[in-house]
Amino acid sequence: MTAPVMEARGVVKLLGEGAGRVQALKGVDLTLHSGEMALLMGPSGSGKTTLLSILGCILSPSEGVIEVCGKPTTGLGPEQLAKLRREHIGFVFQSYHLFPTLTALDNVRLALDVRGEHSAKAINRCKDALARVGLAHRITAYPRELSGGEQQRVAIARALVGDAAAILADEPTAALDSENGASIMAMLSEVAKDPAHGVLVVTHDPRTLPYASRIIRIEDGRIVGEDVGISAASTLVPEARSVAAQ
Amino acid sequence: MPLVFKLAARNLLYDKLRFAATVVGIVFSIVLVTVQLGLFVSFARTVTLMIDHAPADLWIVPQGTKDFEDPSLLEEADRYRAMSIEGVAQVAPILVSFSHWRIQDGSATPVLVVGTDLRAGGGLVPWNVVEGSLDALAIPDSVAIDSAYLDRLGVKGIGGAAEMREHRAEVRAISRGIRSFTTMPFVFTTLDRARAYTGTPRTKATYLLVRLDPHADVERIRSQLGSVLTKVEVLTSAEFSERSRSFWLFGTGAGAALFAGALLAMVVGSVVVAQTLYSSTKEHLYEFATLRAIGSSGAYLHTVIISQAILSGIAGFAIAFVIGITIVRGTTDSALPVLMTPLLTVILFVLTLVMCVISAISSIIKVVRMDPAMVFSR
Repeated sequence: MTAPVMEARGVVKLLGEGAGRVQALKGVDLTLHSGEMALLMGPSGSGKTTLLSILGCILSPSEGVIEVCGKPTTGLGPEQLAKLRREHIGFVFQSYHLFPTLTALDNVRLALDVRGEHSAKAINRCKDALARVGLAHRITAYPRELSGGEQQRVAIARALVGDAAAILADEPTAALDSENGASIMAMLSEVAKDPAHGVLVVTHDPRTLPYASRIIRIEDGRIVGEDVGISAASTLVPEARSVAAQ
Repeated sequence: MPLVFKLAARNLLYDKLRFAATVVGIVFSIVLVTVQLGLFVSFARTVTLMIDHAPADLWIVPQGTKDFEDPSLLEEADRYRAMSIEGVAQVAPILVSFSHWRIQDGSATPVLVVGTDLRAGGGLVPWNVVEGSLDALAIPDSVAIDSAYLDRLGVKGIGGAAEMREHRAEVRAISRGIRSFTTMPFVFTTLDRARAYTGTPRTKATYLLVRLDPHADVERIRSQLGSVLTKVEVLTSAEFSERSRSFWLFGTGAGAALFAGALLAMVVGSVVVAQTLYSSTKEHLYEFATLRAIGSSGAYLHTVIISQAILSGIAGFAIAFVIGITIVRGTTDSALPVLMTPLLTVILFVLTLVMCVISAISSIIKVVRMDPAMVFSR
């Protein structure tokens, strides 16, 4: 592990108004390093997605500090946060969120287009990114023509093409069968081996445990545990032991 | 094609029915605006048609004259006072007055008789004669009318006859494109005959058309005319045109009514476009949220929406333009032609785009207020 690409210190997040107001995060400290594949695990309602949104600069914390590649986000406006996202963060979503009217290549191009990169060189980078996820032969296919696993790979290519330091994945295997899920996790873990990237995966899928270099457990808005290395999987849940043994 | 425009175009065409509804809304609106503004341009031209074609440097008009068709009269004798001023080359009296064109079956149509002293020269005669000749007006009882009014006047062409105040009138020349703003047919004839047709005293005329010597000082002569003549005004052709235009288009409310119609059409078009664009934006909201999440600027999102609006506008305008041209051609020979000028075409195109961009505001507000964190909710 090397330098931190993302850091949360004392993050509190209040959601809702008046009597319905809840404290979704209660002072979270978390660091994502480059070259690591961290899993953020916890039960529903534990604050995983809220934390991911805050780390991804989509939501702002009510209290606490977020730093992305050493840059604090405190006080930044929506446009500055968007700039930070397009320069340093890549997202992989549970439902892929590909644009149905665009080809695989154009879906990947969007990540560069929003940065103002439209050149032939940029298009070649997109093709390389698709080749990296094994879809060099599917660049002209539309999402409806791709399997779930292929769509998620396009989404990964979109997250990677901008050389984001942090890749944040929200339940990337939830909509996939076990074979495709394993393939996607293997791909993300491969990405994490590159010291230029750190990968944080929010998941509750125990099949993902073998791919993690670190497992962070969150419950009720607090980080309650952290295990480093694949061996940690065996201490967590019974399902993980069988997956790790495979 | 830049990706942002491709995305906008694909979003539009994703739901072809909705796109068709958008385009129909725009077409409906722009055709209405075209007709309203086309009529406005046509009226504006027709109102000053006679003044613009009269060979006059200055017009001597009865005091308080509002427009060319004003029935006030002045003394023809003023002509000689005007002629006495140095720099005045010619003064031609013309008579413009109402009468009734009565045909054999007894039916009558109100007309505006324009009489010119053909012997004096410099008067107001039909300028676009397509049948017969102006020289024939010298023949007793001769008149010239426009081809647009043949049916209204109950005549088939040259040789057609009628009566005005029990004086015979026979068509000896036919012009094309000389139409009245009020749609009342013009009947051209000699000054004396016009007086007979309208019951105007022989000493009276409606206007005196003044031609000046080359290089004459217009303002000096105008001032001198003003001092030697009473109960009249001396106007340049441009001033008289402007006065007539202002009176008819704004003084009577006719122009305001046309503009109000055009504005209403714009509002209807804007609402239709805004509704369909908003529903398209709502349908693609997760895509906009994804764009925002992956770091697109607000301007990028607005560009997608505005591009959708502009693409819809271009498609709608293209169809509306074809329909508009068809209407223009179909009304060319009518008493109320719809005119389309290059400038009006450009104005309509810009109006279409402005309407579509304004319609995009509600969609932009929707996207601005959207929470990009929604990408994690499904």
